[in-house]
Amino acid sequence: MKPISILEERKTQVFRKGSDEFDISCDKKSLAGSVSQRACVFCGSRVVLYPIADALHLVHGPIGCASYTWDIRGALSSGPELHRMSFSTDLSETDIIYGGEKKLEKALFELIDIYRPKAAFVYATCIVGIIGDDVAAVCKKVEAKTGIPVLPVHSEGFKGTKKDGYKAACDALFNLMDRTREESPEKIPLSINILGEFNIGGETWIIKDYYKRMGIEVLSVMTGDGRVKNFGSSHRACLNVVQCSGSLTYLAQKMEAAYGIPFIRVSYFGIEDTSQALYDVASFFSDRPDIMEKTAALVQEEVKAILPELQEMKTDLSGKRAAVYVGGAFKAFSLIKALKHLGMTVVLVGSQTGSKEDYALLKDMCDPGTIILDDANPLELAKYVLEKDAHLFIGGVKERPIAYKLGLGFCDHNHERKIPLAGFEGMINFAREVHETVTSPVWDLVPRKAWNR
Amino acid sequence: MNTAKSYTATRNACKMCTPLGAALVFHGIEGAIPLLHGSQGCSTYMRRYLISHFKEPVDIASSNFSEETAIFGGGANLKLAIENLTRQYSPEMIGIATTCLSETIGDDVPMILEGMGRMEDRAELVHVSTPSYSGTHMDGFHHAVRAVVEHCNPEGPRTRHRARKTVNLFPGMLSNEDLRHLKEIFEDLGVRLILLPDYSERLEGPSWVEYHAIQKGGTPIKDIREMGLSGASIELGTILAGMVEKGEKTAGSVLKERFDIPLVSMGIPMGVKATDRFFSALEEITAKPVPEKYKRQRGRLIDAYVDGNKYVSKKRAVVYGEEDFVAAMAGFLAEIGIIPVLCASGGRSGFLKQALNQILPQNIQGQVHVHHGMDFTQMEEAAGKLSPDFAIGNSKGYTLSRNLKIPLVRAGFPIHDRVGGARILHIGYKGTQQLFDTIVNTLLQNRQDTSAVGYAYM
Repeated sequence: MKPISILEERKTQVFRKGSDEFDISCDKKSLAGSVSQRACVFCGSRVVLYPIADALHLVHGPIGCASYTWDIRGALSSGPELHRMSFSTDLSETDIIYGGEKKLEKALFELIDIYRPKAAFVYATCIVGIIGDDVAAVCKKVEAKTGIPVLPVHSEGFKGTKKDGYKAACDALFNLMDRTREESPEKIPLSINILGEFNIGGETWIIKDYYKRMGIEVLSVMTGDGRVKNFGSSHRACLNVVQCSGSLTYLAQKMEAAYGIPFIRVSYFGIEDTSQALYDVASFFSDRPDIMEKTAALVQEEVKAILPELQEMKTDLSGKRAAVYVGGAFKAFSLIKALKHLGMTVVLVGSQTGSKEDYALLKDMCDPGTIILDDANPLELAKYVLEKDAHLFIGGVKERPIAYKLGLGFCDHNHERKIPLAGFEGMINFAREVHETVTSPVWDLVPRKAWNR
Repeated sequence: MNTAKSYTATRNACKMCTPLGAALVFHGIEGAIPLLHGSQGCSTYMRRYLISHFKEPVDIASSNFSEETAIFGGGANLKLAIENLTRQYSPEMIGIATTCLSETIGDDVPMILEGMGRMEDRAELVHVSTPSYSGTHMDGFHHAVRAVVEHCNPEGPRTRHRARKTVNLFPGMLSNEDLRHLKEIFEDLGVRLILLPDYSERLEGPSWVEYHAIQKGGTPIKDIREMGLSGASIELGTILAGMVEKGEKTAGSVLKERFDIPLVSMGIPMGVKATDRFFSALEEITAKPVPEKYKRQRGRLIDAYVDGNKYVSKKRAVVYGEEDFVAAMAGFLAEIGIIPVLCASGGRSGFLKQALNQILPQNIQGQVHVHHGMDFTQMEEAAGKLSPDFAIGNSKGYTLSRNLKIPLVRAGFPIHDRVGGARILHIGYKGTQQLFDTIVNTLLQNRQDTSAVGYAYM
């Protein structure tokens, strides 16, 4: 069998710590013909706005884009579940010829009439950019008649990368926020907004509970368990706490400029990062030392509750090797720390959308010999997973068969999972997931492992 | 009786877009890799969708349009994609399917490919036009099969003798287990079969020792090239047959036109009657008797029908999915006394009603509501008025079954919420037996679950 080669144009996006001078290129369009694990602009927008559960999410385009994204994410809602429906204008040949504006308008009126959403997002897909539908004008018209915010999301698939989709979603969110905000600009004491937390498996609820116990008021979450009216007081927060910084930092910057809200970047994955996140927020409110005290007590209590089980699992996991390939690099940082906590080493780490700074930081965190990849494809992932003889792969649905075919354990850390992995509670779920798969007896039967023995 | 109101928007579609079907076909050809000419997202979304069903790697490349590509045309990207794919995957065939984007900007893919010139050792480049706004994934599937057959069997005088005993079989979109069953039948008959596509090994192979850029299995390209020499072609699908009748080109009709190969069209063999038709067609084509093994399967199946007749008689079912699946499934259900009160598909070929009129017995037709171009939300509204006992179809109907509080029997594509979706056998006497058992047991389970008494002896 011929060894897997790396395409010439891709070589600058692969880095091996130790042997190479640090230089990795990223923020590039995916190479044509390389089977990138990335999706498109539309995907970026859809994932950010999707958890807003009382809004209508209408995909304007042919059926595929809506069909493939129907109820695939584990973003929970405590009330309405309109976000779990898949709405499409389902453009056909005649719409392409004569334009889709009329159909879009009619669809919006009908859907708003049936479902009574609190707002509507209209996602423009590839084709809309080509046939030249004036989506913004249709939205404006429908909004005037229905009285709810109807917001265009400029997410034509080819107009950039997934990151541009995040930006388009942030623009729509900011638009919504700015238009629904209460008049009073006054800051609400001890208040924050949570950004980049999508309530996968109920994670938002776990995090919100921590803040509540710390004495912090969460004004809004973007966008986990989201509601349109929740953004009314967002501008009055003292601090924006940004997780999944790849997607929501842009919104945090806009809010800083418009409303003077500073922001910090955090992660809620793993004991170390979750504690750090809570401490960072507590220290922001340094004039209230009681908050720091409560935070310290909370962290201590939570860690104490999960430590014995973690220790137990660690004995089985120590020395095992993991490969991590995720959407945003910030999650990768947390995963490296969380895996270290379990006694595991990371031998491959990569992301779809990391920036140069992200990769520099990843390099510093990793052991020598670790492979760092930007915008990888299945062949590259397989090549290095084999070279490093990993025991575990952490990724999403598209990475799962690569891992399984080669006889590696797998942990889904993407938005399609249904269990919470954030917070202290999430750490124990994560550890169990990893432990279950790595210690499964099925690997003894798998040819590659049997062959290596 | 009108059971469905029409809406402008599609709500929870019961269909996928055209390129998905084409991508699946190319995964059923040995050494082939699909390449979508469009945005990165199309490939990634379809990969995820197919992976979630097959639980196997399903690589689909993309020419990865950017804003400039959309303005200046996708020629350069397509060429680069072909070069890169060739370098990394060393494919024997690259199946290039277009998307809404490349179709609308007017990329002339055949011309771009022509411009690349001929090269020794390069993969076969097969183009199929699959604008996502036209038809469903089934159209993409059939068009891709046709494109491959046309490409590999150019018009012209035959240089070799006809292999009368070889049969071309175009099964449509069946499960891996269905495809394996078809191969088994031909093996038992001792007749050479060229099955296109055949993803049954590629998309359900063993665990690997090393990575395979392209999985083993699939219809060998050299076999596809010999299709023009076969004794007969069979196409499965009543809807597909309707298209042929209307004069639309399919793989089978192309071979008939170019090489005068007789084409036999029939429904998917689900149920005793449909499978009887399938086997008698095979007998006629191959002049070989039905092997004893299948007669025994048939005998056991009918005996099981008798044993279970009272559990299923007069039960009411919602049947949905691809039109050909719906037609075949409804035929089987009617055969055991179940009334398919709602037969619905997202497809809109225009043949579904006619197909069901032919398949279903007269006496129940008045109770059967047939809808094409229907989405799951309309289906749920319509089904709610028809007091169904269960639903049968792909896993996307779970929402409907949950809301209507009726059990769901999973069959067809995709199965995203269970393992083994690709291993469901639907066809032949054996597949019908499995469907029958599953349906009866689902109804029995439901009786237990909804009973206050809960007998363990039914």
